[in-house]
Amino acid sequence: MSDAASRAAEAAARASYGRLVALLAARGRDIAAAEDALHDAFAAALRVWPARGVPEKPEAWLLIAARRELGHRARAGAVRAAAAAHVEMLHAELHARESDIYPDARLKLLFVCAHPAIDPAVRTPLMLQTVLGLDAERIAAAFLVEPAAMAQRLVRAKAKIRDAGLAFEIPDPASWPERLNDVLAAVYAAYTAGWDARADGGGALTEEAIFLARLVHDLLPEDPEPKGLLALLLYCEARTPARRDAAGRFIPLSRQDPLLWRRDDIIEAETLLTVAARKGVFGRFQCEAAIQSVHCQRALTGVTDWSAVLALYDLLAARAPSLGGAIAQAAALIEAGRAAEALQALDALPPARVARHQPFWVVRAAALRALGDHAAAREATEHALALTTDPAVRVFLNSA
Amino acid sequence: MQYALFFAETPAQFAERTDPAKSPAYWGAWTAFIGAMREAGVIRNGDGLQAPHTATTVRLADGKRIVQDGPFADAKEQLGGYLVIEADTLDAALDWAAKAPCAAGGAVEVRPVLPPMPPQ
Repeated sequence: MSDAASRAAEAAARASYGRLVALLAARGRDIAAAEDALHDAFAAALRVWPARGVPEKPEAWLLIAARRELGHRARAGAVRAAAAAHVEMLHAELHARESDIYPDARLKLLFVCAHPAIDPAVRTPLMLQTVLGLDAERIAAAFLVEPAAMAQRLVRAKAKIRDAGLAFEIPDPASWPERLNDVLAAVYAAYTAGWDARADGGGALTEEAIFLARLVHDLLPEDPEPKGLLALLLYCEARTPARRDAAGRFIPLSRQDPLLWRRDDIIEAETLLTVAARKGVFGRFQCEAAIQSVHCQRALTGVTDWSAVLALYDLLAARAPSLGGAIAQAAALIEAGRAAEALQALDALPPARVARHQPFWVVRAAALRALGDHAAAREATEHALALTTDPAVRVFLNSA
Repeated sequence: MQYALFFAETPAQFAERTDPAKSPAYWGAWTAFIGAMREAGVIRNGDGLQAPHTATTVRLADGKRIVQDGPFADAKEQLGGYLVIEADTLDAALDWAAKAPCAAGGAVEVRPVLPPMPPQ
């Protein structure tokens, strides 16, 4: 195959996968059939393009080929009729400007993936697969599950979307904030899954998560919360070079060298957060990003303003309480010299939900150590170690 | 599409049916809910069910019939009735389900109905 053709096919695959899946699945709600048809269309492109040259509009070519494939597969009369209707629309779509048809469909796909009727645990994998075209194996590695189990979960979720009649629709204003938050939470989960897996090499999905966050932000330029999420991810991403030392050892935030933080990421995050704040609406992700912003100020001032951090955590706890938020708040209390309050707050959390939650045990150990109870701190550290897979973090916990 | 709504009620909700102080409100709420759906023209069929203590469950084990007193699922909530409704999307069906009087305290399960079997 010619290089140009294969490059064009690859570029189309990376840039257009989600757009094409969204368009193909929107009417029949059948994501699996859309993906199959699209894979066949890509295969056809790899056969045809090298011989006849890359078409002028590769995406439109793929769309038509995939639609034809969907039509071939349609057996029942009703589906065949629908396929005929698709063909009629092809011309209209071919001649429409890309911006007229594409963004909406992808936004609908994101909302379907994070629909409340879909198991929260599969929403992120579903997005990664349908919007970015990641295979189940890659997703499974980031989420630390068996590839076969992940593939099965994805199949089940797609079957539910098709059979239960989930709407490929933009949610109505009444449910908008909640539905948007579900989408953003699923994107955030892609980042944290990648972050945890990063130490093992491979597996990391941080880049994919940032791509999704940018996509939601671009599709909803007026909404402040997607800006908040993108800012949050960029602040975290900015600290990547400082998170390990030359020997690969884990460095916690408070001991990182701010000179190693990536300036471009921080500047972009600050800009996003400033624009978002102009709307004057509280949002969980804006608030979390603001906390990271305070941490990043250390690059300029040399100190961390713990009173500002704690005020933001108070706001977060009051408006959008969560387990992770409560544990992070306790960690900030310890840093601010209020370890007794931190321990009290940790003890108030529901035991069943924290028993197997690694960050809880890490922060609890830190609180006990700060209070001088070294025996109990060691015990909490043992719990944390039993729940830690990253070797560098294990070494760090053992040395604390 | 057609969706079946299964209304799961708590023991307290079942008790309201016959409690003189609470039954007018209980039946009034259901009448209003079903009336609104009827007005919208979405109901295809459905029924209320008598309380779970009237249920009998039968199973076959090695061809032998085993009859048991009570409903098949030993759960906090029990089936109190069902409706089959017409709705374009799951979201539309969920909107109706959320308005059911038993949704607060109890629960409503929403399931698409199988399309009719093709003629053999």
